[in-house]
Amino acid sequence: MGTSSSPTQGSERASLSDLAAAIQERFTDGVSQNPANHGHALSYSLMQPGLLPVVCSFLFWDRGCMFGGIVTEEQPNRWQLHYLFLVPAAGWIEVALSLPIETTTVPSIVAEVHAADWHEREIEDLFGIHFDKHPRLGDFVLHDQIWHEGIDPMRKSFSASRPQLERQVDLEWEPILIVGDPGSFAMPVGPVYNGGVGESLHFLLETVGEDVIRAIPRLFYNYRAVEKIAEGKTITEALLLAERFSATSAFAHSMAFSQAIERICSVRVPERAALLRIVIGELERLRHHAGAIAAICESTALAVPAAHASIIEEELLRASCVFTGHRYLFGLNAPGGLSRDFEAPDCENLLLAVDKAEEQLRILDGRLHYSSSFLDRLEDVGVVTDENARDLNLVGPIGRASGQYCDLRKASPYTGYEQLTFEVPCETEGDGYARLRVLFVEATQSTKLMHQAIGALKPGPISVPCEAGCSGAALGWAEAPRGATLHWVRLDDRGLVERYRAITPSFNNWLGFHVAAENFAFQDFPIILATWGLSATECDR
Amino acid sequence: MSFWFWHGLRKGIRSTRYPAAMEVAPGVSPGRPINTDFPSLDEAQRAAASCPVNAIIAHGRSTFVDPGKCIHCQRCHLCASPMHWDDGYEWTRLPAKPGESEMLPAPFAKSLHVMVVDAGDCGACLHEVKQLNNPLYNMHRLGFFFTATPRAADLLLVVGPVSENMRGPLLKTWEAMPTTRRVMAVGSCAINGGVFGRSFMCAGGVGSVLPVDLEVPGNPPPPLAVLHGLLVATRRKPLKKVESITEGRS
Repeated sequence: MGTSSSPTQGSERASLSDLAAAIQERFTDGVSQNPANHGHALSYSLMQPGLLPVVCSFLFWDRGCMFGGIVTEEQPNRWQLHYLFLVPAAGWIEVALSLPIETTTVPSIVAEVHAADWHEREIEDLFGIHFDKHPRLGDFVLHDQIWHEGIDPMRKSFSASRPQLERQVDLEWEPILIVGDPGSFAMPVGPVYNGGVGESLHFLLETVGEDVIRAIPRLFYNYRAVEKIAEGKTITEALLLAERFSATSAFAHSMAFSQAIERICSVRVPERAALLRIVIGELERLRHHAGAIAAICESTALAVPAAHASIIEEELLRASCVFTGHRYLFGLNAPGGLSRDFEAPDCENLLLAVDKAEEQLRILDGRLHYSSSFLDRLEDVGVVTDENARDLNLVGPIGRASGQYCDLRKASPYTGYEQLTFEVPCETEGDGYARLRVLFVEATQSTKLMHQAIGALKPGPISVPCEAGCSGAALGWAEAPRGATLHWVRLDDRGLVERYRAITPSFNNWLGFHVAAENFAFQDFPIILATWGLSATECDR
Repeated sequence: MSFWFWHGLRKGIRSTRYPAAMEVAPGVSPGRPINTDFPSLDEAQRAAASCPVNAIIAHGRSTFVDPGKCIHCQRCHLCASPMHWDDGYEWTRLPAKPGESEMLPAPFAKSLHVMVVDAGDCGACLHEVKQLNNPLYNMHRLGFFFTATPRAADLLLVVGPVSENMRGPLLKTWEAMPTTRRVMAVGSCAINGGVFGRSFMCAGGVGSVLPVDLEVPGNPPPPLAVLHGLLVATRRKPLKKVESITEGRS
């Protein structure tokens, strides 16, 4: 097992100016550079829409950028599409495409950047913009059997508060099947399954008998239109939505949202608050990973370790509650810092609880290495190769188990991670066991980070006010427990949210899930699902 | 592999004694604000104003809390004039418009099969419900079980504000359940939509789709609060009389 070396500071500037020169040379008049803004290190406006696939392909494949996502904005007379890329250890790049509002078709970049697949499907479903040459549009967020075509809820003209009473369930609707061989059939799973204790999502498993040939997840059962209902709200109201659409990673999402607001208001978070954000963010990661490990043990029916891990998780939930007052760390982040301060004895008690949890995880880790029946179910099961992981831009622990080492804490440090020493686990096998190992190593590193951050705490203010009435747009980011999350916010002249976009790690990774599940037997499916540990509600928003 | 057997045995029994005795371990419940009398009008107004979801209403020097609306944001706890705090978890209550049906009859007292449906939940309530299966709460010792099929279910436990895409599956699950059946709404989203409210995508609570028999307020309610709900549904715990805002005013 290797670990990625920390980025060298000197090469940052070099790689950015080098890239800027390369873009200028390659595309000359096709792109025009904007001043760095919105939290992007480089920003380009695309002069010809036709160039879009080439530019994206150049950034993603030739220059090794990570694909961040697409943000669509409807402005009074224009569409604004922002394509976000990350140059690891250097900064974010934005490629902006501005089109007249009458435009109905935009070139698709899916053939070049597969990771953009679901972004384009979502935009087509919610804004009604068609992506030319996209292989599969329609039936995505708005399920076709209950939503008829022509409803574009993210358009400004659509009222979020009006119930859609005219909807009628289409009883004739049938999903598209891919496998057409004689004897093949599709097994539906969900949306209510696993005794209902699993999150709502649906799988169509196509098979001819033993192996899953095609695994097609159907999500957005939990779609609550968070991005739509956030529009027109104040920052404080929108923060509640950003924090509460996915509770298992609430702190990371509210932190990314707060950072976007802080960037718009040009506010610098006090050092004490920045360090405490690291403490709480790592506490969330540790608790999430303990839960994910419990779920993996449970999926293999290894009852004792599953019970052991779930006790660790519950102990951490209780420690979170004692430390912050909430078991899921709600109500802590606020633009400008944190909503409350913590006393030194409370921090000491937290560290005691965390050390205990880490020691228990270590015992569990050691014993699981000798549980042959358990390892048999994980090793060489649900394999994702490096190439696939790169192609689909997998993020978080899943990406790191398949050779994609991008961790925003290193690749684009925020809230002071650059001052702390920690290692990011790197595995290359890409199987279930590699993913489990990544979880264990990250849990240990989280404990290490919490010790460092609490050790570095100095007395000082816990927040600075973010002035009301700031306007503009910015990107905020964080490494959530499941991977990179990006929150893009635009505030209007009155300081109200005009457009909010949350790009979550689960949305990113669900796209690639089928690669792991396909060509493995049915009985491996729940185990592969558990080793991916994805959240439907984090994807759905 | 036999070491797991010893590993498990050596841990001993970790389950809570609740409901035989109250569980008092720190962190089992985030607690919630309760009706508070302040020394001045001003402080009462300030406490009410700190709530982002209007769960606190000031009336003179007194403030009244609607626990169904509270989202545990702690703003009223951390503000200059803090509300009094209830550290417990026995929060189960009847809905504002209770159904005709009473609690489940005696045969269910020692064996209750629960069907859980995630109807647009953020994952917190669902996660807390799932915790009931872990050894610290171990709901099996009380005769409560999660079931994978609505045909075998006695109680429908719904979390989430009911998203439009889950409305159909939720109704189908309910229709497939045999009578006698009861519906329990868990969490403030399931009670009134919570922070998601009512929109083109959210029904704003289970009550607008199904007849609800019991509500467990909280955002999320901790596992013991959900367990209390199950005990109330099977008549093993009495339903606490909670004064509502309107009663408090009169």
